[in-house]
Amino acid sequence: MGINKYDFNEKNILKFDSNEHELAIVTKNLQVFYGDNHALFDGDLEFERYKITSLIGASGSGKSTYLRSLNRMNDNVARVEGEIQYRGLNVNSKKINVYEMRKHIGMVFQRPNPFSKSIRENITFALKEQGLKNKKKLEEIVETSLKDAALWDEVKDDLDKSAWSLSGGQQQRLCIARTIAMKPDILLLDEPASALDPISTSKIEETLVELKKRYTIIIVTHNMQQASRISDYTAFFHLGHILEYDKTKHIFTTPKVTATNDYISGNFG
Amino acid sequence: MKTKLQNNIAITVIRVIAALVVLILAFLLGDILISGIPHISWHFLTAASQSFTSGGGIGVQLFNSIYLLLLTLIISFPISLGAGIFLSEYAPKNIFTATVRMAIEVLSSLPSVVVGLFGFLLFVVQMDMGFSILSGAIALTFFNLPLLTRNIEESLRAVPDLQREAGLSLGLSKWKTVTKVILPEALPGIVTGVVLGAGRVFGEAAALIYTAGQSATNINFGNWNPFNSTSPLNLMRPAETLAVHIWKINSEGVMPDAAAVSAGSSAVLIIAVLIFNFSARVIGNQLYRKLTATK
Repeated sequence: MGINKYDFNEKNILKFDSNEHELAIVTKNLQVFYGDNHALFDGDLEFERYKITSLIGASGSGKSTYLRSLNRMNDNVARVEGEIQYRGLNVNSKKINVYEMRKHIGMVFQRPNPFSKSIRENITFALKEQGLKNKKKLEEIVETSLKDAALWDEVKDDLDKSAWSLSGGQQQRLCIARTIAMKPDILLLDEPASALDPISTSKIEETLVELKKRYTIIIVTHNMQQASRISDYTAFFHLGHILEYDKTKHIFTTPKVTATNDYISGNFG
Repeated sequence: MKTKLQNNIAITVIRVIAALVVLILAFLLGDILISGIPHISWHFLTAASQSFTSGGGIGVQLFNSIYLLLLTLIISFPISLGAGIFLSEYAPKNIFTATVRMAIEVLSSLPSVVVGLFGFLLFVVQMDMGFSILSGAIALTFFNLPLLTRNIEESLRAVPDLQREAGLSLGLSKWKTVTKVILPEALPGIVTGVVLGAGRVFGEAAALIYTAGQSATNINFGNWNPFNSTSPLNLMRPAETLAVHIWKINSEGVMPDAAAVSAGSSAVLIIAVLIFNFSARVIGNQLYRKLTATK
């Protein structure tokens, strides 16, 4: 069974009734080009506030590309066309101050990437750079964000140790803590657990479920069990097209699109 | 069995070659140090040199070498840092970048004697700076700049892109990310490179013979006004360095103890370079620990 044979017009994309659902971020006709390579064709998705949305699909399906476009991390590597609506602004416009925007739309990456600084400084560094000097306030943020990322109990006595002394899973939670210390609205996670062992992974998942009370979370994952465990909505990407977007339980039990069905039942990918 | 034999032969050959390298180095160092160290004394390290009588020291030359090295670093480090940051972090792939890169390549492969002669014609003669520390420092900058730039560029490049993404994703500007995240992480590598480069500059003779000159004028260590011609800090005085001194003694030295002065000077030079090399390692490691909070 070839993977190119699906009809890209066979789609099922969920749209929200804006009277009943509060939307955090919406993309309209988002397209991404790497040079001549058209990597994403029709990014039309709406994300509900305080929910976890998973982006799934095979390697090269465009899900990471899509995610990284949301906070303009693709700016220097790709050409992104289309609209990203966030709080009444088109984030994809040239006029947007991307540095300010990224404080609102934070990102955690595939591999843990703490700074080569102490655990404490990993969290305070960006805050200090933005002019927060109050020591007490900084200490408070260190504690709350580490607690939010479920890391506080493990590191509270070692805050001055290097972030690199932590295990991979702890480092990744530190990266989450560092991101939420900026008090973002939206948390973008690009396969945050793919480099971690199952125990660390489940800790990250618990953390995310806890965090969705206050943050809108969009997560790219290779792991379909993970998507079904933690997310409220799931979007299925295939070869640069978003073919299906629905409640997670519908995607995994009664998908309407042939490609989704084949993917979740393991026929490719 | 055959595979195992081949493997053993290969390993043995490689070990012999490696041992040979160490042996050559040990022989060179041993020879220079054994014949030189007996001549080193406090008097030798501090006294002025003698042209015709024995008992001269290398005080002025030693000071000149250190002073010249410091000046060279003061001039070349900021330029290399800027160029290194540009090439590693900002340079777009275009003809301008390619030109800069090629210029650095060419500059780094210029023989040092050519750099010296160029410095002689341009600074000493054309710009009328005379045989002076300043001419020497500029010539050494030409010599040091490409090495240092490449070292800084490579140290910055060695920092994973993930760190850049981390900075940007937290809303830091590119400049802040480079200066506050990438540069500190690259600093140990940069410092190691600077100190190793310093060792090379310290031992350089050919580029200085026609720029800083071959005469150690008498300087007065009690006079630190840089505008006075007998001051050690004066930029416009000719300044024979240790390496040039060694070259000169061996080519035209007429003092009765020329061989001993040469051997002693060589030993001092070698010891200084060794100190540079070892301290590069130590400083680099310590800096890394301090900056990254690893205990």
